[in-house]
Amino acid sequence: MKPAPFHYERPTSLAEALDLLAADGVETKALAGGQSLVPLMNLRLARPDVLVDLDAVAELRGISRSGDQVRIGALTRHEQTATDALVRERLPLLAHAAVHIGHRAIRTRGTLGGSLAHADPAAELPVASLALGAEVDVASARGARTIPIAELFDGPLSTTVADDELIVAVRYPVDAGRRPFGFAELARRHGDFALTVAAVTLSVDGDGGCRAATVALGGIGGSPRLVGPAARALIGTRIDPAAVELAVASVDDAVRPVADLHGSVAYRRAMAALLTRQAIAMARGAR
Amino acid sequence: MRCTVNGTSHRLDVEPRRLAVDVLRENLGLTGTHAGCEHGVCGACTILLDGEPVRSCLLFAPQLDGRDVRTVEGLAGPGDELHPLQQSFGAHHGLQCGFCTPGMLLTALDLLGHNPTPTRDEVREALSANLCRCTGYQQIVDAVMDSSRGGAFDCT
Repeated sequence: MKPAPFHYERPTSLAEALDLLAADGVETKALAGGQSLVPLMNLRLARPDVLVDLDAVAELRGISRSGDQVRIGALTRHEQTATDALVRERLPLLAHAAVHIGHRAIRTRGTLGGSLAHADPAAELPVASLALGAEVDVASARGARTIPIAELFDGPLSTTVADDELIVAVRYPVDAGRRPFGFAELARRHGDFALTVAAVTLSVDGDGGCRAATVALGGIGGSPRLVGPAARALIGTRIDPAAVELAVASVDDAVRPVADLHGSVAYRRAMAALLTRQAIAMARGAR
Repeated sequence: MRCTVNGTSHRLDVEPRRLAVDVLRENLGLTGTHAGCEHGVCGACTILLDGEPVRSCLLFAPQLDGRDVRTVEGLAGPGDELHPLQQSFGAHHGLQCGFCTPGMLLTALDLLGHNPTPTRDEVREALSANLCRCTGYQQIVDAVMDSSRGGAFDCT
């Protein structure tokens, strides 16, 4: 239960960090909050040659409003995401989701960028970020690019971020952020990883008509993802029971749950449907 | 690396892979912090890092550089008088084998620092971060509730 030896680096600028990540011939891992990577290292499931501690890289910090987006630095701790005034005001879904992560001793360390890069299929922030239509800014010594969140996740614990790239910041549209939202999670105990998690945003006009919607799920087999047909089942309706049933049915079509210690395929399907229903109800109630 | 532990400055030369919990226990001889699961689940190794609770099994030694650490050894007052929270754990039999106790104390201290008068549910939620395999949770919650009612002790 002790990690294998590694070489430790603590760069003080983004450029220096990216140079370290670009090194050929050695396995280099970025260390953010370490709440997922360090357990893997202690269990020796991960044995990087070089560990690049990002803690001193100032460019990865900060939460700011920029035009019609809120930009959150990748090194923002979950505790800050949950309590920051700008996030709570403009992106209440994200703050709400962050509270569900682990315990305070985990949230004081874990980071937004780390959660997205680790890509656990049932983690909260990937699902909330999908529902909000985030854009993920990544950088490498080769240059910078932006990955739409819907293109970030590439299977369990896998992303389209290259080995030499680093998530620098995540940008969220305030338009999606101010929509009524719903968030529902099933976990055996408070603070446990979710078995299944659902996030919904709705845009409803004065007559109760649904103009826009997003439905995102995690813990459903494979990557967390948006369920487009479920959102389309709601758009243009008054979110009446028949529309909700259609949305829930399309979630059932989209999920590919895998049986494990915690639940059978049938149970996980039932929970995905239930949580979708709960998240839609919560979003409707909030409007 | 340099760090301050319970008000005392230390200068150490350690391998980067050494976990913070092992720095405390083996380099500094502060064996009050317990290494349990060593992958962030059980909470026995919880310490306060710059005043915030963290799992010391998920931190490498260099991450303590320049930081202020508080462990269970830092709770007692001058003359080794136990902290009121520790006294409350004693009064309510809030421990059986005692293995989880250091983590429970620091988690409870952090809770009471933020929320001096928590509800029983809030105490249970905060302590859900820490496992007790003697299953003595009732008395632990009682001890924290009693401390919160007693109020007015320094949680910093």
